[in-house]
Amino acid sequence: MKSDYTATIGLEVHVQLKTKSKMFCGCAVAYGAEPNVHTCPTCLGLPGALPVMNLEALKLTALTGLMLKCQIAPVCKFDRKNYYYPDMPKNYQISQYDLPICERGEVPLYDLAYPKDAQKSIANPGKRVRLIRIHLEEDVAKSFHFESSTGIDFNRAGTPLMEIVSQPDIELPEEAFAYLTSLKQALIYGGVSDADMEKGQLRCDVNVSVRKRTDAAYGAKIELKNLNSISGVRRALAFEINRQIEALERGETLRQETRRWDDDLGETTLMRTKESAHDYRYFPDPDLLPVRTEVFLDEVRSRLPETPWEKRERLEKDYGLSAYDAGVLADDRPLSAYFEAAARGSARPKSVANYVMNDLLSALGAAGQTVEECPVRPEDLKALVTLVDEGRINSKQGKDVFSEMFSTGVDPQTIVRRKGLQQESDLGAIEALCREVIAANPKVVEDYRGGKSVSINFLKGQVMKLSKGKANPALVGETLQRLLS
Amino acid sequence: MDQIFTLDVHGLRSKLAAHEVSPVEVVRALARRIEAVDPAVRGYLSIDLERAIGEAEAADVTKPLGGVPIAIKDVISVRGAPCTCGSRILAGYRAPYDATVIARLRAAGAIPFGRTNMDEFAMGSSTENSAFGPTHNPYDPARTPGGSSGGSAAVVAADEAFAALGSDTGGSIRQPAAFCGCVGFKPTYGRVSRYGLVAFASSLDQIGPFTKTVRDAALLLNAIAGVDPCDSTSLDEPVPDFTTNLDRGVKGVRLGLPREYFVSGLDPQVERAVRQAVEHYAKLGAEIVEVSLPHTEYALSTYYIIAPAEASANLARFDGVRYGYRAEQPGDLLEHYGRTREEGFGAEVKRRIILGTYALSSGYYDAYYLKAQKARTLIRDDFSRAFRRVDAIVCPTSPTPAFKLGERANDPLSMYLADVFTLAANMAGICGVSIPCGFAEAEGKLLPIGLQILGNSLEEGRVLQVANAYEQTTDWHKRRPQSVTGNA
Repeated sequence: MKSDYTATIGLEVHVQLKTKSKMFCGCAVAYGAEPNVHTCPTCLGLPGALPVMNLEALKLTALTGLMLKCQIAPVCKFDRKNYYYPDMPKNYQISQYDLPICERGEVPLYDLAYPKDAQKSIANPGKRVRLIRIHLEEDVAKSFHFESSTGIDFNRAGTPLMEIVSQPDIELPEEAFAYLTSLKQALIYGGVSDADMEKGQLRCDVNVSVRKRTDAAYGAKIELKNLNSISGVRRALAFEINRQIEALERGETLRQETRRWDDDLGETTLMRTKESAHDYRYFPDPDLLPVRTEVFLDEVRSRLPETPWEKRERLEKDYGLSAYDAGVLADDRPLSAYFEAAARGSARPKSVANYVMNDLLSALGAAGQTVEECPVRPEDLKALVTLVDEGRINSKQGKDVFSEMFSTGVDPQTIVRRKGLQQESDLGAIEALCREVIAANPKVVEDYRGGKSVSINFLKGQVMKLSKGKANPALVGETLQRLLS
Repeated sequence: MDQIFTLDVHGLRSKLAAHEVSPVEVVRALARRIEAVDPAVRGYLSIDLERAIGEAEAADVTKPLGGVPIAIKDVISVRGAPCTCGSRILAGYRAPYDATVIARLRAAGAIPFGRTNMDEFAMGSSTENSAFGPTHNPYDPARTPGGSSGGSAAVVAADEAFAALGSDTGGSIRQPAAFCGCVGFKPTYGRVSRYGLVAFASSLDQIGPFTKTVRDAALLLNAIAGVDPCDSTSLDEPVPDFTTNLDRGVKGVRLGLPREYFVSGLDPQVERAVRQAVEHYAKLGAEIVEVSLPHTEYALSTYYIIAPAEASANLARFDGVRYGYRAEQPGDLLEHYGRTREEGFGAEVKRRIILGTYALSSGYYDAYYLKAQKARTLIRDDFSRAFRRVDAIVCPTSPTPAFKLGERANDPLSMYLADVFTLAANMAGICGVSIPCGFAEAEGKLLPIGLQILGNSLEEGRVLQVANAYEQTTDWHKRRPQSVTGNA
């Protein structure tokens, strides 16, 4: 971006909640079923059908709000948003207008949430994007356009949909990327949504304007549609910001409009210019009573998970991990749970982290398994780290033992015993071997005593050879030094 | 046996339970009666006789309403049956599910029988707004049966039904009951589930029974009242046996006479009949107390903001996309919507959709909808205050007896005034009943007059008790229209 320009970006994110049933009826929330099988009079908008609130959807929205430090409204009500469209069975959407469940709150942008290529040059480290509100509404049906007709699948109609509206705090495409990544992770952490953009479980509208840094007034707000991935949002913003700056540089005036992102062409094209604002004629839905959130807030608080960013900080503090290691582990909730189970009480949590992030992850990857399916029990991994740490086996052997553990599920002590890997740590035995080697190599001993300190390595090698590699190398070194001094 | 259709539900039940008559015989007798009378009344829109007979064959006469056919206003969903709401726009639509009230009637052994005519989407006070032609008042075929549940009222009055269900948004049960000389009960808002009732104004609509006697109204309420998990606005309150206190009389009961309901515009014959009914109550031992409902004058205008506003959204779903009438060969989506609704809806429905759309529009919302909600609170407070002093309120149901077909059809405002005494109860959410209390004479015809008895929320039992005390000591309810029925 040209340095004398700045961009102002705000995001509206729609998230399908992971409830069993729809927002206002008992139909299943299911992806990929035959068209119109998960429907009933209510979600088809048939005459006489009435909505009944799915309390779990309210709870998940409140849970999201608590994770993102929002204020939870004591009372929330639902309103009718009136507009006509074939995918809208009642031609009004039940939504929330002036009393959303959650207001304010924030999403922290941590370093690892940025795109990999941008993590080294973060413009605003530690930035937090403020939220305006989070409200709950029902999803619409899905239209399929055929050659000469349109089909509507109402399976999706009535799915609980949470809308998260940010303040226009975002200034860079990379920050939008980090915002979505961080938000998505919180949603998955809370069990609120699977947040899969490809399945439409997380959908994103972007508003972006550009102005000269010296200008106080915001530029014309341009809305971007058809953003189907987080990296797509980044690319679309980069293109659009550049396009707007170039237009301004040419002396053009930008107007409020909606543009469509074409991911293949990598450009945005005009969809529609802003007509007069649509009048949705919101009014309270008389079919639904206002809900006092206090009736379920205690339960929601008890379900509140540690947020990813809280976990990251704690892993650094409690286990002495680097920010990077803590970040990688916290990114993956099951992996971090595994790590903690293995590292708790270990003298070398950092070594445990290394095993988890390297050996374990690559073994899982090769086997196509998830952490939950891991054949190595956390306490066995901890035992393995202890064996290496105490010098009972060397690190090379540790790797071999781990492979064996992963393929057989057997504990490390047993493997070490079976393979006879146990290092000789008996001082008497080691001393005897050392004396034998010293006696057999008078010339080398003379060199060493004459000041050629590296000569001791030869002696060490001879001792190891005599012990068939079982002697503890550290003890051998100490013993030789003691005997030669 | 030939005259079985003249029975009330209670009487019919005795005969069915004693096996003096079978449910199938009852259905067949009713069908013959309808064939003879309905061409002049036109209270029914459709009847599936074959299905009714099938259900009658399977009826369990030991149940509370076992084997009793009940006519259903064409706004309440019955699985597999048409539900036109008196509108072209629902042409061809058949409800794929039973409304909760229908499921409950069935559970009580009753047989949903026939669909009754109504003002389109329950908008009107004369049944003239039906797309399928008006229903005629059994007392004078030149006059309306009232509305919007005019079909249900007329078929009960003409002995074409033992009882019927209707819906009341601003008086649509009580006013036609008054015009046709039968009992029409509007329960407390939330007492009866609205699930399956095609919504007009969701915060005002309530289903209730039309019957020949007060006892029958209690019997039907017993079957249909109670909380429903499918309707969030239904009240989770215990449902008493509404017949228990019917005969307790009115000795010591305090009846309020609202000063604001005896005003100019009230037909003198109606006023005389209502005042005589009040005197009658005094003789029975009731204490008559004058009460004031000071915001009564705002009820009509408040109602005509709130009801159309809700209706404008409720009726948005009728767009020809999934069911019902669809305009042919539209050029594009907008034209599809525009022409489907232009051609599918009648004038009054369109008028109210436009009124409601306007009232909710940005910039007008505060001045209309929000203000109307505040006025509604004041109206509700009026009743709360009054019910601290009295057990029930008595007043006319409608300012006039039945008016002539066509007389008000082109004057919406005068039509709206037909509900001026009934719609406040919907705004307050309270319950009320209209019972016959005399006749007015007009052009040589006798026209029924209705007495309205209003009770506080959930006081259905009290209202029925007061109504029954009157009915048991008068015989207005035994009269039958001469003009179409030929018997009496």
